[in-house]
Amino acid sequence: MNSASSSTAFLLLLRRDLVLAFRRRAELMNPLLFFVLVTALFPLGIGTSPELLKAVGQGVIWVAALLASLLSLESVFRSDFEDGSLEQFLLSAHPVTILVLAKVLAHWLVTGLPLLIIVPLLGVLLDLPGDSIKVLMLTLALGTPVLSLIGAIGVALTVGLRRGGMILSLLVLPLYVPVLIFAANAVETAAAGLPITAHLSMLGGLLVLALSLSPLATAAALRVSLS
Amino acid sequence: MSYENTDNLMTLEGQGLECIRDDRVLFSGLDFVIEAGQTLLLEGRNGSGKTSLLRILCGIRLPEDGAVTWCGEDIFSLGPVYHEHIAYVGHRDGLKLDLTPMENLAMARGLGCPNPDASPEDALQRVDLVGFEDIPTHNLSAGQQRRLALARLLVTRAQLWILDEPFTSLDVHGIELAEELFHEHLFLGGMLAMTSHHAVKLDSARVQRINLSA
Repeated sequence: MNSASSSTAFLLLLRRDLVLAFRRRAELMNPLLFFVLVTALFPLGIGTSPELLKAVGQGVIWVAALLASLLSLESVFRSDFEDGSLEQFLLSAHPVTILVLAKVLAHWLVTGLPLLIIVPLLGVLLDLPGDSIKVLMLTLALGTPVLSLIGAIGVALTVGLRRGGMILSLLVLPLYVPVLIFAANAVETAAAGLPITAHLSMLGGLLVLALSLSPLATAAALRVSLS
Repeated sequence: MSYENTDNLMTLEGQGLECIRDDRVLFSGLDFVIEAGQTLLLEGRNGSGKTSLLRILCGIRLPEDGAVTWCGEDIFSLGPVYHEHIAYVGHRDGLKLDLTPMENLAMARGLGCPNPDASPEDALQRVDLVGFEDIPTHNLSAGQQRRLALARLLVTRAQLWILDEPFTSLDVHGIELAEELFHEHLFLGGMLAMTSHHAVKLDSARVQRINLSA
């Protein structure tokens, strides 16, 4: 099988997943709604003084984004597992890694990207300065794809279990921590007026690492789950 | 279309296959060879390992012992190269209910090695689903969904069809249609590996039966 037809399969699967997501729009709203609600509830819980919100706002947004991404994770492979499509992917004439990459990309486009788009609004809600919002978006743009890629491994491992939700969180959260640490640190450093190139390079490095290794691990995990 | 031109000597061989599930030996020391135009028909009681054997033949499941070879090479080392030659319809139809039949077949075609002689439209016509191209698959009846799953076999150039109870939820007319597809596939030099509780009308000289309960 040549690479041209494999890239066709990639695009076909990407399109299929986007069409499916569009036909089930209501489900898409869940993680986004969660993200907005958590962020909006925080000022009610901890008080509305502008200094306080400026200090914790960015962290709140990042943690909420991380949890929202965790919430939507199961949907990457769950329905394909239940209706047998996943078997068909494993029996495809194309490398499974390519199909996995298409699925994760589609998943990020429908769950990660909306978070990114709504962040400026939430930033204004928490009275964050413009520069902080910019840095926040930059770190989220680099960080959320990593979350999706790492999460896919966990979902692939647990998709065959009846109640994999709890194990999935335990499995995936520790791997999410480095992303959160570097991202939160970048935001903090930027607020202090210092350069954040190092942090962004680190996040970029994590993204490249996840992009190259996660499809391999996910494909292997899917084989284990289905055998 | 004929499969003869691709390779005359295609064989699927199982050597000393063993399958253990929950500490029970379902079968062991199982050998068989099938060639172009032949059918492997698995028989046996519920839970005797028919589905497990089919999944081993697909390469989804590893046998505890033994090997499956395609043209003399182990299917696990062949990987996607082997998958170009097979099409699998399992218990679950592998269809997306939110997509239309056409979209489902387009995806199946893209995942395999597309058959230049059968477009998704042709395949739908073969399984008598003309007129259902653009309605969501969840609006089809169970039998119609099964026929759509069988149509998936036609849109790729797979030579070996691996079918797990293909007649489930098909009516008399559906069963006739399916048998017609199987006959044509075998006539063109394809191979079948299937389980069925329904008596299949196939040329008995070219059918190898394996009874897993025996």
